[in-house]
Amino acid sequence: MAGVQVSSVSRSFGAHKALDDVSIDFADGGFYALLGPSGSGKTTLLRQIAGFDFPDTGRISIGGESVERVPVEKRRIGMVFQNYALFPNMSVADNVAFGLSVRGEAKAVIAAEVQRALDLVQLGKLGGRRPHQLSGGQRQRVALARAIVTKPRVLLLDEPLGALDKALRVDMQIELKRIQREIGITTIFVTHDQEEALTMSDRIGILRDGRLVQEGPPEEIYDRPKSEFAATFLGDANIFRGDTTGNGIRLPDGTAIAAGAGATLAAGAKASCAVRPERIRIATDAGASDGDANTLKGQVSKRIFAGNNSTYFVERDGQTLKVIVQNTGADRLAEGQDVVLRWSPESTVLIAAN
Amino acid sequence: MAAQSATASRSGLRSALPLLAPAYLWLTVAIFLPLSAMVFFSFMTDLPLSGKSWAFTLGNYAAFFSQSLYLTLLLASLRLGLEVTLWCIVIGYPAAYVLAKVLKGRSREAIFLLVILPFWSNGLVRIFSWAMVLREGGILDTALNAVLPFKINIDLMYSYPAVIIGLVHSYVPYMVLTCYLTLQAIDDSLIEAGRSLGASRLQVLKRVIIPLSMPGLVAGAALIFVPVVGSFMEPRILGGRTGTFYGTVIEDQFVAVFNWPLGAALSFILLAVVLVILAIASPVLRRAA
Ligand SMILES: Nc1ncnc2c1ncn2[C@@H]1O[C@H](COP(=O)(O)OP(=O)(O)OP(=O)(O)O)[C@@H](O)[C@H]1O
Ligand SMILES: [Mg+2]
Repeated sequence: MAGVQVSSVSRSFGAHKALDDVSIDFADGGFYALLGPSGSGKTTLLRQIAGFDFPDTGRISIGGESVERVPVEKRRIGMVFQNYALFPNMSVADNVAFGLSVRGEAKAVIAAEVQRALDLVQLGKLGGRRPHQLSGGQRQRVALARAIVTKPRVLLLDEPLGALDKALRVDMQIELKRIQREIGITTIFVTHDQEEALTMSDRIGILRDGRLVQEGPPEEIYDRPKSEFAATFLGDANIFRGDTTGNGIRLPDGTAIAAGAGATLAAGAKASCAVRPERIRIATDAGASDGDANTLKGQVSKRIFAGNNSTYFVERDGQTLKVIVQNTGADRLAEGQDVVLRWSPESTVLIAAN
Repeated sequence: MAAQSATASRSGLRSALPLLAPAYLWLTVAIFLPLSAMVFFSFMTDLPLSGKSWAFTLGNYAAFFSQSLYLTLLLASLRLGLEVTLWCIVIGYPAAYVLAKVLKGRSREAIFLLVILPFWSNGLVRIFSWAMVLREGGILDTALNAVLPFKINIDLMYSYPAVIIGLVHSYVPYMVLTCYLTLQAIDDSLIEAGRSLGASRLQVLKRVIIPLSMPGLVAGAALIFVPVVGSFMEPRILGGRTGTFYGTVIEDQFVAVFNWPLGAALSFILLAVVLVILAIASPVLRRAA
């Protein structure tokens, strides 16, 4: 087991920069999610680490050993593919045994290890089946067992749950996390699904157009996004744009918004503020204002009821703001109603204009 | 339950019948009728067409067993079929692999065209082109002597290797095509999965790619082996005096000696032998695949 260091890695395909100076330190034993829109370079980065493709510039090391020019089969990694990539000409047990058998392990050792790996993914009884006789979730488990049975240094997963339906996906998320904890393997997980990234990982890296936008623990990225892109890509955010005042911004109509977190910027520069929809309180009257609270007036244009919460869309000066209110049994607001929005500066993040 | 599914499949067959009818009609007219005429001929003493008297006989089949020459030639033809098939695998499989897995886009189309080209050229033209290349003082001889510092004599014309070269050239596209189709259907991620598990390229080839492309290899081998065993054009033109094979003897009966009954009997013996070989080989190959 080992950590992975990616330093200043760039990779171009023709004129297109698929990876642009990406540096990430994947800690030993950590669970790391790579998140980003389609075409942002997630798969490309994973393939550099796996060794299917080589960077133009930059360095990659696994467990302190520099591997840029080491071919895949010598890197001792485990990989799980989105389409499972099980060998259709072999039984489940032979699929799992493949890595040990090419290494030339003794038959008895292989049989024991394969059984252990299959038990770990709870498929102990299905070793004799062919891949086409398994369900999607079972195939995914076999792919996982096959990848970890060789005791790789790193486990790489490229959208491994993408082909599964929602319920099965949640099951597999829990399962994957359990197995990862049990064997304590460094895991790099590519996903489209922000919820998956938030719930499963110790750290998240967000990629956009081949660049690493932000990197850190899920709470930090969610609470302190460093760019509008990070704020809106991971979760929902209301974005206000204006000029900095030092501790917040002034909107074009003169309203000031105070921010308690984020970048420190020189007054006068263009900047934005991000506020999560669930941090905003919504009321029908001006009420007792808590001094430093940010306040805006608006009109409810739409309400979406989702059982445990409701989402209000509030029109304000040509901008639609989103507010999520927990279902506490309090009166619900009607569409067309005038409202006052309030939230604290601590819930507001100041972001430099990009 | 069982009865129900039986009626279901029967009604499925009934609705399929109008669709199948043209195919069966064609098979009857184009293959079954001439073939049964040939079966008929093979049991005659002489052709009824020439007005001579004729009678039924088993003599044509007996001739095969009474003269060891026929058996010797049949074995030589089987060996020819085997060698040509092996060479087609050796040449065609790597070519198909490169086409399916290495080349992409335009270059793939261009190379594909080159592979298919012998298919589209006339068989006789192809064979006589080889004759020009292989004979003493021919293209190969001249070219090699121009390049090499010492004098060598290349005269492959009228030899066994010439027959092999001509046949392999004619039939290798079958192997490339059938193997290309199965290789192309193998997902690249299977190859990557194998490598990520620590297998070298060669191990992936042996354990994943070849087993998965076995159906293409088998189909290509069957498509090549059967016609090569009965071939006569290449052996005759490129083999000269060494080019006497089972196929050329059959051809002689039809076009030179006009002993159609013997020719027909010899062909049916060949057909039977080939069918037996395929029947023996198929379970073995199916297990490998
Ligand atoms: N082999 C290649 N040749 C040319 N361009 C490539 C190649 N591989 C990737 N690219 C390009 O690099 C960019 C990043 O691709 P990549 O597959 O890494 O995206 P991704 O983040 O994994 O997207 P997705 O979420 O859709 O899987 C894309 O614009 C893609 O077109
Ligand atoms: Mg991808």
